[in-house]
Amino acid sequence: MSNWIDIAALDDVPKRGARMVKTAHGCVAVFRTGADEVFALDNACPHKKGPLAEGIVHGRAVTCPLHNWVISLETGQAQGADEGQVATYPARVEGGRILLDATFLRSRKVAAE
Amino acid sequence: MTEKLVIIGAGMASGRVIEHLVEAAPSAYDITLFNAEPRGNYNRIMLSPVLSGDKAYEEIVTHDAAFYATHNVTCRFGERVAQIDRAAKTLTAENGEVISYDKLVFGTGSNPFMIPLPGHDLKGVIAYRDLEDTEQMMAMGQGSKVVVIGGGLLGLEAAAGMAARGVDVTVVHIMPWLMERQLDEAAGFLLRKALVEKGITVKCAANSKEILGQDGHVRALLLDDGTELPCDLLVMAVGIRPNVALAKDAGLAVGRGIHVDDQMLTSDPDVLAVGECVEHDGAIFGLVAPLYDQAKVAAATLLGEPAAFVQKDLSTKLKVTGCDLFSAGDFADGEGREDIVFRDPSRGVYRRLVIENNILVGCVMYGDTADSNWFFGLIRDKTNIEEMRETVIFGPAFQGGGSVDPLSAVAALPRDAEICGCNGVCKGTIEDAITAGATDLGAIKATTKASASCGSCTGLVEQVLAVTLGDDFVAPAAATVCGCTDMTHEDVRRMIKSQKLTSMAAVWQACGWKTPCGCHVCRPALNFYLLADWPLEYRDDPQSRFINERKHANIQKDGTFSVVPRMWGGITTPAELRAIADAADKYDVPTVKVTGGQRIDLLGVRGEDLPAMWADLNAAGMVSGHAYTKGLRTVKTCVGTDHCRFGTQDSTGLGIQLEKILWGSWTPHKLKLAVSGCPRNCAEATCKDIGVVCVDSGYQISIGGAAGMDVKETELLVQVATEQEVIDVICAVTQLYREGAKYLDRIYKWMAKVGLDWITAQVVDDLDNRQALVERFELSQLIYRKDPWAEHAATKAQQYQPLADLSLEAAE
Repeated sequence: MSNWIDIAALDDVPKRGARMVKTAHGCVAVFRTGADEVFALDNACPHKKGPLAEGIVHGRAVTCPLHNWVISLETGQAQGADEGQVATYPARVEGGRILLDATFLRSRKVAAE
Repeated sequence: MTEKLVIIGAGMASGRVIEHLVEAAPSAYDITLFNAEPRGNYNRIMLSPVLSGDKAYEEIVTHDAAFYATHNVTCRFGERVAQIDRAAKTLTAENGEVISYDKLVFGTGSNPFMIPLPGHDLKGVIAYRDLEDTEQMMAMGQGSKVVVIGGGLLGLEAAAGMAARGVDVTVVHIMPWLMERQLDEAAGFLLRKALVEKGITVKCAANSKEILGQDGHVRALLLDDGTELPCDLLVMAVGIRPNVALAKDAGLAVGRGIHVDDQMLTSDPDVLAVGECVEHDGAIFGLVAPLYDQAKVAAATLLGEPAAFVQKDLSTKLKVTGCDLFSAGDFADGEGREDIVFRDPSRGVYRRLVIENNILVGCVMYGDTADSNWFFGLIRDKTNIEEMRETVIFGPAFQGGGSVDPLSAVAALPRDAEICGCNGVCKGTIEDAITAGATDLGAIKATTKASASCGSCTGLVEQVLAVTLGDDFVAPAAATVCGCTDMTHEDVRRMIKSQKLTSMAAVWQACGWKTPCGCHVCRPALNFYLLADWPLEYRDDPQSRFINERKHANIQKDGTFSVVPRMWGGITTPAELRAIADAADKYDVPTVKVTGGQRIDLLGVRGEDLPAMWADLNAAGMVSGHAYTKGLRTVKTCVGTDHCRFGTQDSTGLGIQLEKILWGSWTPHKLKLAVSGCPRNCAEATCKDIGVVCVDSGYQISIGGAAGMDVKETELLVQVATEQEVIDVICAVTQLYREGAKYLDRIYKWMAKVGLDWITAQVVDDLDNRQALVERFELSQLIYRKDPWAEHAATKAQQYQPLADLSLEAAE
């Protein structure tokens, strides 16, 4: 069962940018693309745990600031020759507000334990 | 009048005949092309890269359907010719159709030789000849076993190609070392070692006895010492035999191959033959270069032009990645022959030259074959090497006291030196093509065919381009900004200026960007170009900046940041040091370090703490040190006349003035300055992007130094008499660099492209231009000469905090 919770206004995240959301088990990065789509991913690159929220967002991808791995915002998969995946979480925009699914964020906690 | 030409066999030689004919006289012949293989002409020598997965079949097709259609070649692919009636000048196709010809060309090629071992007709025993064979080898995957009989060129390329796919490959070679016709024992040993390192098992001096089968399929190879080598596929690559059956049936003179004269005519003046099926003056041919020569001669003969085929010395290269070897000429031991040998076992390099009467007659190279063409030229031209005998082994760069620039070897080659062995293209032909406008590899391939066959001379062709074009040569790898565009940095900068493109979206549109909003490579470059060219119109886009420039601090491997306050000219005060110490305490900074740029680095600051820390440092009068930018970093100084007994000028004061004028400016890459108070140069000004060395009579300004991955000494731009001139020249040269250079080129790289002379003309000789540059620099600095820390602490602090904190919610 989904349990959407209001996180912040869409405009609190810059276009082609990201902000980070703290949870009990590490941080989730919330991305906003040039087309105003939002995506939520673990804020840790599969390579060396680089903070993806600090990366450059292009198309539906983000480039990790540490070693330039390119991660798909849709799937969490590393692009190109790199291999790895970060967890993704349901996220949507409604009435100019960003919503995340708390159920998934909790299941993430369970999985992490 | 158009005559009828029938060609039997679509191979590399006959394909080239067609090319020459349609180019020289498109309407001379009505061409019909028979081919037993169900396809047109492809580059057979590139089957090895297809096998190893480096290329796809489509990439090695030399003539596609469109080519044949354009030139009205009637294609009868997958059809054999059943018989020929030379008296009636007709031939009969497999389906019984009778076709008449005026001229007939044999390009029937060769058949792989299959050793008639017991079991050679089992399923899974193949040759390495055509695409079908290649595909069978490609079907072998991880864990399957293959035995290759034959340790010559073809066998080793097959073995390496399959090994690259994870196949367990064993090479069985009857001779004591690999490629014994091209290599001596030492080079053969190095080659064997390299192949074994690739996971290939090599058995030399091994005699095959029988191919063992099971249910009609190959199971193993049995050697005569009783060893059984299990295999799922057995490849025989032991040589070729000219395919002469059809010619023999037609009553042509045939020996080992179809006999041809110097004009490529067979014993019938209306019938020609080219390629691997021919025998010329007792020789048969397996390498591609003479086949292309034959094709050229055959085409000329067909057009009634005089031409003669001459056999030449041949050289050999192996197309196996990581095994660079080259051999040419004759290197057997003999009376009156001397060797010069060079070995570097740790690098796996071996070179051997065989000399007879002061003339090079043979050459074997392994591991480093960069100079092979030069040696081949010495052999072919029978150059007397007496004078350079002591250094000849080291190659052309060491002759005549020349420099060891890697390009000098190519520059030293004479015009008739052969660059592309496959197509017989010499350096002069390539130079002429470049002069005629072919200025990149693709154009050279299209106009001269150099590097269009096996491709092993691609590097050489590029070097000829580089030598001929000088600074205009654009290395293909560095050609475009990134995958988002086909344009180079230079093109994009030109477009931004000439089309007055003042936004990122305008650049994407006008320059045909292929992605919706660029990528992490092009966006920072475009952001810089736009703000450098349109300081008033364009607004800096933080989202197109790397995190360091977006958050005005250097990201560290654990996601924390480092903070470096500016210390003008490296001068600080007890109050500043106290404020830094207080900030380090307050924000639990784990590491405090003195930098090479004469200031203090606070490492390990949490991103959330940045705005508050900056506010504290601002309160003590400090601003950002921009230690994270592609822009002005520091101006390093010595203490000059204030304290030093050698100082000639106030280097510290000048450094501080320069830093106060230049700070905040964005440049293509980082910009480091230094001012030394005397030629002892304690501030190390001559390895900075811009350095000033004070002397009694004034100030020497030099540019283009670096002390990073590359270490460069600056070159003198000008000596001036006053501090104001120093400031003007440095502002002008910085602006010139900002306006023209490619993003991420330091000054020394930019200088290598435009030349110091040009820079001197712009900022030293032309005083009006210097003034205009200074004014444009100042205009831009009105916007960017400010402290980003103060701005972010005051207006953007919220963005440094988490968007939301769900740790309580999620813990419920």
